[in-house]
Amino acid sequence: MTATLDTEDPPTLGEGTSLRPGVNDLVTDPTSAGSGGAPVEVFGIRHHGPGSARSLLAALEAYGPDVVLIEGPADADSLIPWVTAEGTEPPVALLAYAPEEPRVAAFWPYAVFSPEWQAMRWALERGVEVAFCDLPAAQVLAPRPATLLDEEEPEHEADPDAAVFAAGDPRPGAGVDLGPGGQVPPGAGSGGLSPEERARWLAAHARLASRDPLAALASAAGYDDPERWWDDVVELRHHGGPARPASPFPALTEAMAELRLLALAPRDREADRERRREAYMRQTIRAARKRGRQRVAVVCGAWHAPALTWPLPPAVADARVLRGTPKRKVALTWVPWTHQRLATATGYGAGVTSPGWYHHLWTAPDQPVVRWLAAVAHALRDRDLPVSSAHVIEAVRLAETLAALRNRPMAGLAEVTEATRAVLCEGDDLAVRFVTDRLVVGQALGSVAPGVPTVPLDADLQRQSRTLRLRREPQVRTHDLDLRTSIDQARSRLFHRLRLLDLAWVVPGESTVVSQGTFREVWESQWQPEYAIALVEAAVWGTTVESAAAARVAAVSREGSLQELTGAVERCLLADLPDALAELLRTLEAKAALDADVVHLMDALPALARAERYGDVRGTDTSVLRSVAQVLVLRICAGLTLAVVGAGEDDAAAMRLRIDGVSAAVGLLEARADDAGGLDLRARWLATCRATADRADLHGLLGGRLVRLLADAEELDDVPLRFGRALSHGVPAARKAAWVEGFFADGATLLIHDAELRGLLDGWVAGLADEEFADVLPLVRRTFGTFSAAERRALGGRLAHPPEPVPPGPHAGAVGPPEGAEEDLPALRTVDLLLGWRR
Amino acid sequence: MTTPAPADALRPHAEQVYAGELRALAGADDRPRPPRWRMSPWAVVTYLLGGTLADGTVIMPKYVGARRLVEVAVATLATDRALLLLGVPGTAKSWVSEHLAAAVSGSSTLMVQGTSGTAEEAIRYGWNYARLIAEGPSDAALVPSPVMRAMEAGSIARIEELTRIPADVQDALITVLSEKTLPVPELGREAQARKGFNVIATANDRDKGVNELSSALRRRFNTVVLPLPVDAESEVAIVASRVAELAASLELPPVPPAMEEIRRVVQVFRELRSGLTTDGRTRLKSPSGTLSTAEAISVVTSGISLSAHFGDGRLRPDDIAGGLVGAVIRDPVTDRVAWEEYLDVVIREREGWSEFYEACREVR
Repeated sequence: MTATLDTEDPPTLGEGTSLRPGVNDLVTDPTSAGSGGAPVEVFGIRHHGPGSARSLLAALEAYGPDVVLIEGPADADSLIPWVTAEGTEPPVALLAYAPEEPRVAAFWPYAVFSPEWQAMRWALERGVEVAFCDLPAAQVLAPRPATLLDEEEPEHEADPDAAVFAAGDPRPGAGVDLGPGGQVPPGAGSGGLSPEERARWLAAHARLASRDPLAALASAAGYDDPERWWDDVVELRHHGGPARPASPFPALTEAMAELRLLALAPRDREADRERRREAYMRQTIRAARKRGRQRVAVVCGAWHAPALTWPLPPAVADARVLRGTPKRKVALTWVPWTHQRLATATGYGAGVTSPGWYHHLWTAPDQPVVRWLAAVAHALRDRDLPVSSAHVIEAVRLAETLAALRNRPMAGLAEVTEATRAVLCEGDDLAVRFVTDRLVVGQALGSVAPGVPTVPLDADLQRQSRTLRLRREPQVRTHDLDLRTSIDQARSRLFHRLRLLDLAWVVPGESTVVSQGTFREVWESQWQPEYAIALVEAAVWGTTVESAAAARVAAVSREGSLQELTGAVERCLLADLPDALAELLRTLEAKAALDADVVHLMDALPALARAERYGDVRGTDTSVLRSVAQVLVLRICAGLTLAVVGAGEDDAAAMRLRIDGVSAAVGLLEARADDAGGLDLRARWLATCRATADRADLHGLLGGRLVRLLADAEELDDVPLRFGRALSHGVPAARKAAWVEGFFADGATLLIHDAELRGLLDGWVAGLADEEFADVLPLVRRTFGTFSAAERRALGGRLAHPPEPVPPGPHAGAVGPPEGAEEDLPALRTVDLLLGWRR
Repeated sequence: MTTPAPADALRPHAEQVYAGELRALAGADDRPRPPRWRMSPWAVVTYLLGGTLADGTVIMPKYVGARRLVEVAVATLATDRALLLLGVPGTAKSWVSEHLAAAVSGSSTLMVQGTSGTAEEAIRYGWNYARLIAEGPSDAALVPSPVMRAMEAGSIARIEELTRIPADVQDALITVLSEKTLPVPELGREAQARKGFNVIATANDRDKGVNELSSALRRRFNTVVLPLPVDAESEVAIVASRVAELAASLELPPVPPAMEEIRRVVQVFRELRSGLTTDGRTRLKSPSGTLSTAEAISVVTSGISLSAHFGDGRLRPDDIAGGLVGAVIRDPVTDRVAWEEYLDVVIREREGWSEFYEACREVR
């Protein structure tokens, strides 16, 4: 169900419940927070605060409202019934977006412990009318007007970033409480302060108060962390004592009123929006009263509470503020949310740092600290960290002692985390971080009832799929793309972007070989139901496939290793994300400059070279790419010698592959070198190879490989000499074998066609002593085992029937097989044995 | 228990230097105290982090850093768990341990210095062999270790560099920490710890694997990791105050405080340590040394000594350059590369640093 509103007036509330004036007066609990029979009661809560939620439920029960108005987009009223629908599990978020421009979107997330969520449930379960009262999303997302209090401000589109989190307060958990246990800050009302002291305090706190009112109150109470202060006076109050404390809301509203005086913001955009929001809320309250509602409960961020208290000022001013507010067409829906995204860490303005902890506080029936630490111990054990019950006991003791030391009513998150660090994790920050991710933030994923419509990313994907004639089918379908046609190119682009987002709907098909595909790409698509969740997961990156993929790349470029970065460059090119690419290349350049390890550079280069080539096929500008690749090659050349000398057996094998990779990459880069200027990379690379190959302390495998590379490049005129030298008597057998392996690995062509070389090899084998031969046989056989059967046959054939006379090499005296006498040649028999070749 | 230090003690104990503060705190403190504590946990935290008492006594901050670390440490001591302070060299582990013991028990002298040669006697008890041979085993012939004395007195024992102690000797602590008793089979008795006894151990987590604690022993400790200072200002404050104290106790000729040079040393140390310049523009290679605050302190102190005895009595860049370069270059090959790169890329360009640059160039 998508609510699309484009109306002028504040939303009209449906005729829900009947009026019950008399009844309400009768059920009023005289002990309840002094609310009595007030026609409007404002409950200023802290967004996502479980303590607020508990207090709120108690207060609602006591007040018995006939309508509940909740801070939230008023045009989302029709979505409220979904809250209690089968299949809806918090955390979920209200999502509003402009259908024609899904980039412009806003989220209003709710967890099970969010007061707003509990208020909705409370009202729905009792059949009490419930509605949202904040500025409709249609106005939140609208382009801003030119004239509205700020004449000098130019007209401009709503900033999508600002809009995304337009929901909650910009101040995390704005709101405050002066509960019975709380200290009274000198600025917030009474206090035994002289006017001078008060003035001084005001001056010192005015700045802070305008930015973060909660922090101002907390610092006045001597807390450095506003969250902790709030936890002490509101969130933890129900665990403090057995008796139910009185409602905190009246004191809260009073304190906020004082703070608002202090923090009267200048007339900037923010203040302007606040003004409009509060005007709208007041108008909604008036409308409810006008319809005859006798007991209106308003649930809003504590910051707004003083502005909404009854009696309200005349409506004229508010009507003027709201007049002419622009609107746009919006779509609204519920989407599943996660605790991770509730956390402040992911950028949600009104988030909380510890949704997992709050969820625990909300759900734990008793002993929250003990239960929490037991859960932590369980999580650590799952990770194979030895944590005994004795550990847990000690951790609980430490947490409680700390709380006592700090005069807190009970151990809070700070105490249990410190106890976890000191006792359960033995000071290991890594383990603590694991606990934080897993439990403190939590991994809960909400769900929405079936029938609730789609997120913008999904909508964008569906639109593109329609254009590109792609269907979501449960069976595997192969797409053979010809990149020369524009539709296939668009498809390929989409597929690559989806891959960047880890959406497994389409995966590269079997026959695709990265280094060969230039015009063809093969993909396979298969739709699974859980991809819907993956799409929502990916929606956090952006509202269109393109923007989400770009954001994802940006995240990689911030954290990835050099190799991951060049991999990302390749995928970025394929997915056609030029902006992300530019950013990526900047990071890449910086990282390459810093990375002293030539090995990393060598790992990184091939992908970059491939990317450069692909970019050309797609007509992307790759000059930057090319310059980065050139710098990489130069850096590799500078450090190669140091990196390869002294390499051991395992290192040498890995290094050989790297050298091959770099060599191929240099070839790719060189193949496209511009004639005008530019560095002669190939010459540089070969010169480096040559200098390195001459080193005596090089591993045999690498020595052989480098000579082979140089021979292939026709850089050496003394290959036979080098071969002979490498295999001469002074060299240990194992080294010779490694040399041969390096030289011949991955290709027999040279051996088949170069009679001179073949002779050298043959002579070497023939010249081996029995013992030596037994030593090197497995090594040499390993090399020849990599040749294909056809190559081995060809080689055997050549040895049996030499096409031309073999000129005698330095060690080839014993070879020179005369016609028809091959049976007598021990060397040939040996080669037969080596090659596994039988006539 | 606290005896005044001899007037010319090179380094008086914490409880001697701050005797006045300790007295004032204990006097002003009306909160509940754990058995045999000289003051309440709250007062111990105040003693370490500084503050002003109701009667106007100013308590100097001894440790500049996160309050929660000190709170966890003190809370640990208030439970009967032992405290293990971990950290790279120069993060004030021993300093904190000394002051904790001074504040809690009024004495920081019951201390075992852990070395690879530390024997079991240093943790349990030894014998006066002349007496042992003459009289046989008796209480008079027994020489109790600091740990045993702390158990009997109900006070804090300190063990420095716990991981330097051989593993079999470390294990002697297990009974002490879990059973809170030390059997003396030769005399057929045991020393039972009285309330107030606890152990503060320090260990260096850079030398991992020296003598890794067994998990049985590790389990008896709550661990607090002391970090390097978070921001430059607090590090400058630490260095400045410690340098002033040290200069006073070493009776160096007075040299006017040179905040500029201290700031410079701290900035160089921080930049090299984090591998990033303060303005966040340039990445740097980090040298292999710890470059801890303690080293910064000693660089500045030796600079002051240089300028007082050989210079013009004012701390100048060439007084600190020698010590600074020595602290940075620990590995003659890689560290030198890092340092010279830093010198030429960052320092040379920096405004107002040319004198310092020249001084560093000279000593390299």
